[in-house]
Amino acid sequence: MLRVEKVSKSFDGFLAVSQVSMRVKEGEIASLIGTNGAGKTTLFNLITGHLRSDEGEIYFKDRRITHLHPYDIVRLGIGRSFQRLNIFSRLTVFENVQIAVISYKKKALSFLRPRERLFEDDTERILDDVGLSALRNEVSGSLSFGYQKQLELGIALAFEPELLLLDEPTAGLSAADTRDAMELIVNVIKARGTTLLVVEHDMHVVFSISDHIIVLHQGRVIGDGMPEQVRKDPEVQKSYLGESL
Amino acid sequence: MDWTFYFTQFIAGLSQGMFLFILATGLSLILGVMGIVNFAHGSFYMIGAYLTYYLVTLLGGSFWLAIILASVSLAGIGYLLQRFLIHRLYGRPELQLVFTFAFVLIFSDLIKMGFGVLPKGVAYPELLSGIFEIGPIRFPKYHIFIITLGPIIAYLLRMLEQRTRMGRIMRAASLNRDMVNALGINTERVFTLVFGIGAFLAGLGGALASPTVSIALGMDAAVVLPAFVVVIFGGLGSFAGTFFAALIAGQVQVFGILFFPRLAESFIFILMAIVLIARPWGLSNRPPKFA
Amino acid sequence: MKNKELLFGIGLFIFFALIPVIGSKYTIYFNAQLLFTILFATSLNLLVGYTGLFSFGHVGFYAIGAYAFTILYKTYGVPFGVSFVAGPLLAAGAAVIVGYLCVRLTKIYFTFLTLAFAQIIWAIAFKWTPVTGGDSGIVGITPSSLLLPLNNTYFFTLGVVAVLMYVMYRIAHSPFSLVLNAIRENPNRAESIGVNVRLYQLIVFTISGFFAGFAGVLFVLLTRSVFPDILLVTRSIDVVAMVIVGGMYNFWGPMIGAVVLLYLNSFVKAYTEYWLLVLGTLLAVVVLFFPSGITGIFPWLSARFKLVAKKGELNA
Repeated sequence: MLRVEKVSKSFDGFLAVSQVSMRVKEGEIASLIGTNGAGKTTLFNLITGHLRSDEGEIYFKDRRITHLHPYDIVRLGIGRSFQRLNIFSRLTVFENVQIAVISYKKKALSFLRPRERLFEDDTERILDDVGLSALRNEVSGSLSFGYQKQLELGIALAFEPELLLLDEPTAGLSAADTRDAMELIVNVIKARGTTLLVVEHDMHVVFSISDHIIVLHQGRVIGDGMPEQVRKDPEVQKSYLGESL
Repeated sequence: MDWTFYFTQFIAGLSQGMFLFILATGLSLILGVMGIVNFAHGSFYMIGAYLTYYLVTLLGGSFWLAIILASVSLAGIGYLLQRFLIHRLYGRPELQLVFTFAFVLIFSDLIKMGFGVLPKGVAYPELLSGIFEIGPIRFPKYHIFIITLGPIIAYLLRMLEQRTRMGRIMRAASLNRDMVNALGINTERVFTLVFGIGAFLAGLGGALASPTVSIALGMDAAVVLPAFVVVIFGGLGSFAGTFFAALIAGQVQVFGILFFPRLAESFIFILMAIVLIARPWGLSNRPPKFA
Repeated sequence: MKNKELLFGIGLFIFFALIPVIGSKYTIYFNAQLLFTILFATSLNLLVGYTGLFSFGHVGFYAIGAYAFTILYKTYGVPFGVSFVAGPLLAAGAAVIVGYLCVRLTKIYFTFLTLAFAQIIWAIAFKWTPVTGGDSGIVGITPSSLLLPLNNTYFFTLGVVAVLMYVMYRIAHSPFSLVLNAIRENPNRAESIGVNVRLYQLIVFTISGFFAGFAGVLFVLLTRSVFPDILLVTRSIDVVAMVIVGGMYNFWGPMIGAVVLLYLNSFVKAYTEYWLLVLGTLLAVVVLFFPSGITGIFPWLSARFKLVAKKGELNA
């Protein structure tokens, strides 16, 4: 479904992503792991159009998406959450998701109709799916961190993406919350048949849910395959896994 | 028009460029290190000029002493402004813009209250009054003073940046403000110092310019916009860039008025528009990050 | 439209409609000015409060509306109705061009460029004497005989402002406005949810310029003249001040700001010439302590004292 071919990106001479190639199959849960600074978020940014790659090509469902804008890519079916919280903090929880739904349904250029109840049902459904219904009228910036992360997911779901890119969805969460969050995520994507590519640091999570693991180190792919393969790969063990197993 | 005329204009342009440099550097420091757009910078310049007028023309004091006093006073004003007021607006660049603009209004009326609306003048200091002549070329001695002073100030600032700890911190902060904060360095103090230095430079510029211009209301606006153009064009965090941009701007101003007198007042805005449209971050490659 | 606000709007309309009955000629004139100033400030707030675009050059479109109308109507004899609409349309056209160039820039640079453009428009008005009348402008613009009496002009102004304010109200509460809010809050994320941020900024810039153009035409109808002074930087700041003092996060904020500043201005001018000092101080105080302006005080107060159930109150 997603094909990344020899993509590179450097910043001011620093090579953040170097000749990265990988594939994600439809319906699978793939994890992208690597040490900090390995280039994972950069790779995500390249896929979703927030950054322009210096070289290489990216294909989604065999369609070239390499230098498209984020607003075009999201309409093709790729949804994304962000590592550092990227919500609309002064809008309510409801509005955060509603705006995404409105944009999805292409009613953003509607000037004269009242906005309060537009697509209320669809928005409520998403809020329900991510467990935020009770908080719909809260100003999103005032929510606790965990809830904000759930909102992140909710916003990404509004476009009913076929491929969901989640950037460290459990970062900063306690062990219990992490379990809950992952359970929520897996339920959501199984229900919708979404393909998942997730950046994660928590190895327990990674190895328990992934069909496919890709390891990035200093901008290059050093491991790519099924969990057991990757776990045993000596290079991966040396540079990343170390004692965490 | 013979070449001596153009050369005289060129010298005038160099002098103008130096004034712009002194002003733009202060502005650039404040913008680069603190991410604040200080609209009131022109007001600092104006206050510097009026203070010099007060000290020299009204009180009959020494020009050189007046320059020092004026610059130091502005540093003090800058310190007070930043320390007690501006620092509360961290992280909201649009509000900072409006806030500094509010002070432009306040300072303007305060000056009007203190000095009235008629233009004032300051005489050249005795040492530097009069015309300098080499063969057919003649220009005010004061120009030479300014033209030599400019690079000296540039050099001093560069030394400050490279040799002192504070200077290095300022440079680091202009490149990555968050990082400096994370390193536990008291950014508050750095900011206050930077704003003070910026205000000092603006006051110095105004004081030095006082014999060469008509000191009147509105000189703040007349000078702050060209200064911003220089800052944008020269790129932040680069003294060299600002220096050369200022030199170029000085020439452009002088010759621009010569060749397009009908466009005089709007010239700087057209220039600004062109710079912003074509290359918003000037000669350097990186766009600046705002507070 | 929410019932409360509908009643408020109607009440306002009635209040303004009664002015000619109970007021002196001066009062009528003043209120006519107030009306199109409210229109002007509210149009700017679509940019500032709703979208987060601080344009300091909005007065440029006001002026284009004014000059375009004047030149078409007086110099070329174009019929009143056509001129009346053509003015704002030309202002909108200019807004498309200026907007296109400005929205490519972020924050401060955007503000600077808008300022630069307003000054360039001023320069054109000032220098292009054969067309614009240069620094003395154009005077003696007599509208159709229907509008000759001050009362009629007043009611016409009231009618136009009421209609346009209603339209802007609808826009400000539409899905489009929600997109603008999202762009204001987080343009990056807005892009990720399918919003072509630049395009939307350009659209609101144009709409805003269109309404500002109407305010400019109404100015001409009232004062029967047009001149470059309306484009001074102080005019630019006046209207930004109205938006900020009144409150940029509320539809009625600019209106309140316009009322406060216009009354304050005539009051201050009667006693002293130091209006800038007053304005500057007011602005500084508001920005420091009440950045959400006068209309932002009540939600802030009620949040602090928990008088109202906690709810997102922005852009009520």
